[in-house]
Order: sequence, then C-alpha cells, then structure tokens
Amino acid sequence: MSGAEFVPLSLPPIVIGVLAALACALPGNFLLLRRQALIGDAISHVVLPGIVAGFLLTGAVTTWPMMLGAAGAAVLAVALIQLVQRVGRIEPGAAMGVIFTTMFAGGVLLLEQSDTSSVHLDVEHALYGNLESLIWLDATGWASLTDPEALVWLPPELGRMAVALAVVALFIAILWRPLAISTFDEGFARTLGIPVTALGLALVIVAAIAAVAAFDAVGSIIVIAMFICPPAAARLMTDRLAVQVGWSAVFATLSAVLGYVLAGYGPLWLGYPDSVSAAGMIATVSGLILGAAALFGPRRQRV
Amino acid sequence: MLGLGYNTLLVATGAGLLGLAAGVAGAFLYLRKRSLMSDAISHATLPGVAVAFLVMVALGGEGRALVGLLTGAALSSLAGLAIVHWLNRHTRLGEDAAIGAVLSVFFGFGIVLLTVIQTIGAGRQAGLESFLLGSTAGMLRADAWVIAAGGALALAACVVLRRPMTLVSFDPEYAATQGLSPARVDMAMMALALAVTVVGLKIVGLILIVALLILPAVAARFWTERSEAVALLAGLIGGVSGSAGAILSSLAPDLPTGPIIVLVAAAIFTVSLLLAPTRGVLAGVLAQLSFRRRVHLRQGLLALAHGHRIHEAYTQRLLRRSGLIRADGVATEAGQRAAARAALDERRWHVLRGLPDAAPVSARYDGLTPVDTLLTADQIAALDRRMAGPGGTA
Repeated sequence: MSGAEFVPLSLPPIVIGVLAALACALPGNFLLLRRQALIGDAISHVVLPGIVAGFLLTGAVTTWPMMLGAAGAAVLAVALIQLVQRVGRIEPGAAMGVIFTTMFAGGVLLLEQSDTSSVHLDVEHALYGNLESLIWLDATGWASLTDPEALVWLPPELGRMAVALAVVALFIAILWRPLAISTFDEGFARTLGIPVTALGLALVIVAAIAAVAAFDAVGSIIVIAMFICPPAAARLMTDRLAVQVGWSAVFATLSAVLGYVLAGYGPLWLGYPDSVSAAGMIATVSGLILGAAALFGPRRQRV
Repeated sequence: MLGLGYNTLLVATGAGLLGLAAGVAGAFLYLRKRSLMSDAISHATLPGVAVAFLVMVALGGEGRALVGLLTGAALSSLAGLAIVHWLNRHTRLGEDAAIGAVLSVFFGFGIVLLTVIQTIGAGRQAGLESFLLGSTAGMLRADAWVIAAGGALALAACVVLRRPMTLVSFDPEYAATQGLSPARVDMAMMALALAVTVVGLKIVGLILIVALLILPAVAARFWTERSEAVALLAGLIGGVSGSAGAILSSLAPDLPTGPIIVLVAAAIFTVSLLLAPTRGVLAGVLAQLSFRRRVHLRQGLLALAHGHRIHEAYTQRLLRRSGLIRADGVATEAGQRAAARAALDERRWHVLRGLPDAAPVSARYDGLTPVDTLLTADQIAALDRRMAGPGGTA
C-alpha cells in the first residue's frame, strides 16, 4: 500500500487506537491487582449520562463540555459507589452494579427525552466509537509527517489522547513505589505513612481520565477491553510488576494495531468489500491474546 | 382495562413475570456475592444473537424469529459463563477480571458481527440493535407471548429451586452435609440468571438487564436478614418494577421501556437505602443520635452524683429538658434521685467487673446499660451485700 493512502486514512486511527489502548491498559494493571478490574466497566457505562448532561447543559456538541460532563459523571459514580458501599454496607460488586446501571438508564432516558436527533449523539456511537472516521485528509504521504502545515490538521483526538496517555504514564512513573506497595500490601503501606485511601482514589481518577479521553476517541468497548484484557494477559506472563506493565503495553499495542488492520483489511482479504467495526475487532484481538496467555502463559497457574 | 392496549398488558405481564424471576434469581446471586456475573452473562449474549441471525438468514429464513435469536443468545452466554468459570479455576485471574474480560471481548466480537450483518444485507438487520437497549415499541404479539411464557418458566424454575438455593446461599458447608453440591446449585443459579437475561433481552436490553438482577436484590436485603425473605421481597420488587415500568413507558412516546423499568427499581432501592428499619440510613442516624443522647445523659448524671459542674452545653440542655437540673445547673429532686441511681449502678458494675466468674455479664459493660436490666433481683442483692463490705457473701 502506498503512503499516499495509508498516511491519511489508516495511520491516524492506528496511532489513536494505540494511544487509547495504552492509556487504559497502564492503570488497568493496578486496578487488576487490586481486584477493581470492573471499575473500568462501571466508568465506561456512566460516561453516557455524562456526555448527555454535558450536551444538555451547553447545547453544543463540542468536545470539552461533553468530556467534562463525562469526567464529572465518572467521579460522581465513583463517589456514589463508595457511598452506597459504606452507608448501605453492600459488597463492592453489587454497589457498582447498582450505580452504573442506574446512571446508564438515566442517560438513555435523557437522550430519548431530549431532542438530540439532529445531532450526532447516540448510544451506538457511544459504544462503538468511531475510530475509522478519524482521518487526516491533509496528508499526502509519509512526507506530511514533517510538514507543519499538514500536521496542524491532524485529528484533534490524537492530541487529546496523547495528553491523556502522558498524564497516565507520568502518574504511574512518579508514584510507582507507593502504588506498588499499597497494591500488594495495604497494611504495610499504611505503616510506611503512604496515604493509601487517597492514592487509591487518585488511581481511579486517573483511570477515569484515560477512560473519558479514550471514550471520546474510540468508544467504550475498547475502553473496557483495554482496562482488563492486556493487563490480565500480562499477569499470566510474569510475577514482576514492572515486567507485567511492560507486557500489558505490548499486548495493548498489538491489539490496537492488529485489530484495526484486521477490521479494515480482513474483509477485503476474504473478498468482502466493506470493513467491520474496528473497536469491536480490537476488543476481540485483545481477547484472543488473553486466551493464548491463559493457555500457554508461563505464569498462568495460581501458586 | 386502564385504557391500555392488549399488547401493553401482555408486555406489562411479561415484564412483571420477568422482574419477579429476575428479583429471585438476583437475590441468590447477591447472597452468593456474585452479582456482577450477570454483567458477563448479559454482554455475552450479543455474538449469539448475531450468529443466530446469520444462521437463520443462511438457512433461507428472515432471521428475525425471536425464539431463534434468543436460543443463540443463550448458547453464547453459556460459552461466556464457561470461560469465566475456566479462567477463574485454571488461571490466577480473579473472578472480576474474568468477568470483565469475557464481557468486553464477547461484546466487542458481537459488535464486529453486527457490522458484518450490516454489510451483507443492509436494512434487514433492523431490530438487532434493539437488543442493546431493549424496545417494546412495535413488538409483535408473538414476541410478547414468548417473553411472557419465558418469564413464567423462569419463575417456575425459581420456585422449584428455592430450597436448595436458599440453603446454599445461607450456608454452603451445611448445605454440602445435606447432600447438596454447592457447585451444582451455583450452576443452576447461573442458568437461572442466564434464562432471565435471555428473556429480558428484548424488553430491557442486554446492558440494563443487569440492573434487574442486582437492584431488587440489594434493595430487598435492607429490609430483612433471612435469605428466603430476601428472595421473596426481591421478587416482589422486581415484579413491581417490571410491570410498573412497562406501563409507565407505554403512556408517553419518549419513555423507553428498559430504562424506565430500571429507574423504577432504582427508586425502590433508594427508598430502601434511606428508610429501611435498622439497616437504612435514617435508622442509622436515629440510632446514632439516641446513643449520643444516652451517653450524655449518663455522664451528666454521674457528674451530678459526684458534685461536679457540667460544662457541656448539650448535656446541660438534655438534663434541663428532662427536668433533672434547674436553669442554674443545680440538680432538682428528680435529678438527685437519678444521679444517685446512676452512681449506684456504676458502683455495682465496678464490683461486678471485679468478679472472675461474672465475666460473661461483665463483657456487656458499655457504660450505658443499667446492670439491673441484665441481672435478677437476687443477683443484685448479692452484689449489694458484697459492696457493703468485705464480710458479705455472694
């Protein structure tokens, strides 16, 4: 394939997909080890009411109000889950189920009630995202990557996703030791004076930032899959946290690239003219990787 | 009847039966701490629906027969359950990770298949998307019957399985000694949740059916401690949410059935959270306040008995309102009596806690409970003799 076609049409979605996958998979490692893997699932459900509320409050389908709405909804959901769990003495899984389904139902109702038919805001879009549409029409070939004129017109999602990934990576890099200690031994972390509760909350908020940014670019399916599958597969490869995080980054990247290519070109190879959902395919590939790790991973067994 | 159409009534009945079955099945899932399994079960139905559609089209059918689609849903959901189980048993991944992996991957694959369906026969797939969020608008009468019958069947299964499920969710070890295999009963429970999910796909949709399995159960748990009662109450709450939601949503055009059902259940949950006796928030606050009041009253009386001045404003207010002290802080006659009683009680406790063989009673000392509510008159008399001097006998 020539650069003239690949660079404008396929490169940006692949890069955005990889950035999104990494941004979710990195905090996913810690969530997985803390048995909070489903927080990603909960957050991605409550993003819908968040963006609908953001839209209704501002009346504009622009990115920032919606992303702020989504982030607000994510934080609200985390707070409500904690509240219901503490006040009602309900186990965490059920508390999560109560809150995210209720908020999601509220979001769907809001969406149906408000006149959003004229704008591109619907549940399907929220779920699958629209990775394929993130194209860079100003690019003419590989040379455009060094052309500042064309670079200005890169899809804005790319920049946002890169910033989100940077935030996530910085958070993990700076707080690596306290995060690792409090993840493996909360009691010990407390005796060292690490603010365990605040750190746990910060981790969830960073995960929410990643989820909201990724959701905006690629839809919630990838978000849920990337929070869990690459870290889970990585967990079956090694006993060391740093190595696990490394593996999860490799698996996330592999899922995004392979998934996008299979969705875009797989049907062509089989003789069908149309592509299939890239978001769905990326999730599928991540699942296949996890399956392979579960069957052959060197540390798959419980010890 | 109520000006509702025949179809609405049928759907409301079906949703009610479905809600009942979901409430009962969800109660047992909740008591077994496996509520979120329903999330994996429901999301894993999507590829099955799509494959069933493709198979039915390939066989020359129209592809929209509800029974066929639901069969496909059940099969792929079963596969999802099996994978969660396998991952949890044979790898070091926890159940939450297994659930998350299965739900996201199956759902993603289902989305891939939906786009395949879109490309091979544009327009004909209309309706499959409705499984995501459920829809009763334009539902065929035959479909309504399938749902009502499915709901009734699931409910019947709940009734048949209620004894073993209650036993296992209450005490799995004891259930095992009674010849029940907790693993098998758990499996039956999952199968029931799966059946409810599949039946509910069309009305509530696969994303929200989870709510119907969780909300009624959690709400019911606030009101009672007994497993069987939780299940019954959850069934009731689920049933009411189902039919009320279905009827409400038929009253106006922009009220989607699934979300309305869920929001009705969520409202019942909120009321339970706030108002339930003993476990509810309000009851908790009241208990806290009454505890505070008793502590202040007691400490105030002890201070009076020892002739100390009371500086705490709340304690002063409390004693004054009870007529135990005058406005200038001096004890009234009733106050002196009450103070003497409190001081005597405290002395009795002091002696009692010094007796080695009184340990079971001493353990209940909290500085509030009067000792004469725990001991008989004879025991109190013995205590008083012992207090009177070293010569007294117990």
